Amino acid sequence: MNNVLQIVWLIPVLPLIGFLINGAGRNVLSKGISGFIGSAVVLGSFLLSVFVFMQVKSGNTHVAHYFNFINVDMLKIGFDFKIDQLSSLFLLIITGVGFLIHVYSTSYMHEEPSKDFAKYFAYLNLFVFSMLLLVMGANYVIMFIGWEGVGLCSYLLIGYWFKNNDYTNAAKKAFIMNRIGDLGFLLAVFWLIAKLGTVDYQSVFDVVANPKTNPLTAFDITGITLLLFVGATGKSAQIPLYTWLPDAMAGPTPVSALIHAATMVTAGIYMIARSNILYTMAPHTQHVVAVIGLATGVLAATIALKQNDIKKVLAYSTVSQLGYMFLGLGVGAYTGAVFHVMTHAFFKALLFLGAGSVIHAMGGEQDMRNMGGLNKHMRTTHMTFLLGCLAIAGMPPFSGFFSKDEILASAYAKNPVLWGIGVITAMMTAFYMFRLYAMTFKGQFRGTHEQEHHLHESPAAITIPLIVLAILAVAGGWVGIPEVFMHGGHKLEAFLEPVFASSNAITAKHEMSHSTEYMLMGVSVAGALVALLYALNVFSKYQKSEKESTGISKILENKWYVDELYNAIIVNPIKAISAFLNNIVERKLIDGLVNGTGKVVNYGSRQLRWLQSGQVGAYVLLMVIGILLLFIIQLFL
Amino acid sequence: MDIKAYIALSLTLFTLGIIGVLVRRNAIIIFMCIELMLNAVNLLLVAFSKMHEASTAAKLSPTFAGDAQILVFFIMVVAAAEVSVGLAIIVMLYRNTHSVDVNFLNRLKN
Repeated sequence: MNNVLQIVWLIPVLPLIGFLINGAGRNVLSKGISGFIGSAVVLGSFLLSVFVFMQVKSGNTHVAHYFNFINVDMLKIGFDFKIDQLSSLFLLIITGVGFLIHVYSTSYMHEEPSKDFAKYFAYLNLFVFSMLLLVMGANYVIMFIGWEGVGLCSYLLIGYWFKNNDYTNAAKKAFIMNRIGDLGFLLAVFWLIAKLGTVDYQSVFDVVANPKTNPLTAFDITGITLLLFVGATGKSAQIPLYTWLPDAMAGPTPVSALIHAATMVTAGIYMIARSNILYTMAPHTQHVVAVIGLATGVLAATIALKQNDIKKVLAYSTVSQLGYMFLGLGVGAYTGAVFHVMTHAFFKALLFLGAGSVIHAMGGEQDMRNMGGLNKHMRTTHMTFLLGCLAIAGMPPFSGFFSKDEILASAYAKNPVLWGIGVITAMMTAFYMFRLYAMTFKGQFRGTHEQEHHLHESPAAITIPLIVLAILAVAGGWVGIPEVFMHGGHKLEAFLEPVFASSNAITAKHEMSHSTEYMLMGVSVAGALVALLYALNVFSKYQKSEKESTGISKILENKWYVDELYNAIIVNPIKAISAFLNNIVERKLIDGLVNGTGKVVNYGSRQLRWLQSGQVGAYVLLMVIGILLLFIIQLFL
Repeated sequence: MDIKAYIALSLTLFTLGIIGVLVRRNAIIIFMCIELMLNAVNLLLVAFSKMHEASTAAKLSPTFAGDAQILVFFIMVVAAAEVSVGLAIIVMLYRNTHSVDVNFLNRLKN
């Protein structure tokens, strides 16, 4: 298929067709058919993406122009797709992991009524469509369409069980926090248009990268990149807009795996990696990105230490890992960040799907305090989950090790303090993941007897995606083996080189001695291993206890009271202002004005009615007076 | 002859008409007062026309001289038509109220 680049439009259109069929036919399609259509269209996109990837790998990149999306005066924004190394890699991740999760969903959501089942697949397809649009767009506006689309689908899917009020609130929270970030993105786009008159990636980057033609001042670039980063903090759940992601676990588990772990939340990383040249030219923004990323990583990791809901732990872990990726972007390790997006997509999707399998077996139970000893009942889930945990803990030779190590090494080159905090975060990651693992799979079963009786391994539609993802979680890192182990082992870096070429030309490549690199790896792996073994040891013997936790652990259980803080300083004042506006301005002022106008007219007419007496003499008298007045005005004034 | 005498006469007639309309209740009298006002204005028009002719119009074409006088006949014709309508209204008023007192017209309200 040499001309596959000519039909790249089919990649996003296929899921769109699936969305239309499932959405329109949700009342008539059976569960089997809608599940099949939903999965098949994504499989189709995946196969096309593989062909596209092959083409790109052999050196063919492509920009497809379809029509002018906006055409006003000098401003022309085309509906263009850009197929290059970065977008083709994301295409593979989105459609590949997406397909597995669709297959998984056919079994996981099987209890749902067939109408809701089709609706679910329609939303999922729409999400894949939007996400593909986001990564394929050749300018910021097309990216923004996808950016908003994924936000919408995230809202719809978090609130999938919309009859539960808490879930609907979680969906609204996610949507509103995303909107705050989107505003930043939009302002950055406006700024670009105002200064450059174009939003096309190629023209923007070409103009900016060349010092002779660059019309942007340092202030402009810093402003634009900071605003784009605000957009990224919303979508990718970074401080201060991260609190929506843990609440987003209200959605079905496959949704958490697809949207809130593997794909949508990495949109911010994709966007920054895409705009890498802008960020490289704005060192202040890079510092902000690195610090925010690291702070989010640490904060979320500490919270994850004390959570008891299996999905909440994974959610905070996702926030923490996203923080890692931003650290990577901040220190200029763009390849490392994209690499971590890829490996994270594999192992975090695996962990979420594994957690879903556990929840399925436990009959909807999500509290780890009521689990334990599940390894005896669910062999496949247990094995794949263990591999996922090892990958995220950064154990060699699993995938997480390579990507995390690359980010940490770049951080060390920038500033050893960043590296130190990163290693502590990695240790916490290993600790809470194996706490999760031990509490779920090891020790004695702590649930009720009915639950124990109900325990079973999940069907093949669930276990096969788990196995595939487990293989990827183990082997996914081998495309990026660092130089110290194998010369030319970092195939991903070589592959992505053209995308980051102009940035790499500006930043001096850090050279580290091999002994330093070995030392860094040794420290992080040893630290993680200690944390891992300690957690495994302690929590395999976990017993339920009723005693209230105190001190720091109580603060951690309550997530640093960030939600309460936001409620106190933002939500409640806004509610108070709304109440004021409603009770005083709306009820008294606006209603008063409207009703008052009516009352004045009513009262006035009632009074004027007395003039209409029916006495002809009175009318004539008034007429004469009027004429006289006119005369007087005419003659004397 | 001085124009002021005409104006004074016309003004007197017009004021009489107004007072008549205001103070009398008999519809016929009111009607006559209205006619009085109309003719007061007519008189003024004719007088102005005559004076105007004497001063300036004679220098212009001779046919111009009688135009305003002819206008008065038009007004009289229109007034006659108006009288017929007005009298018809009064007749209908009498048939309905057995009176020509205009204050009873307020009965039309209900």
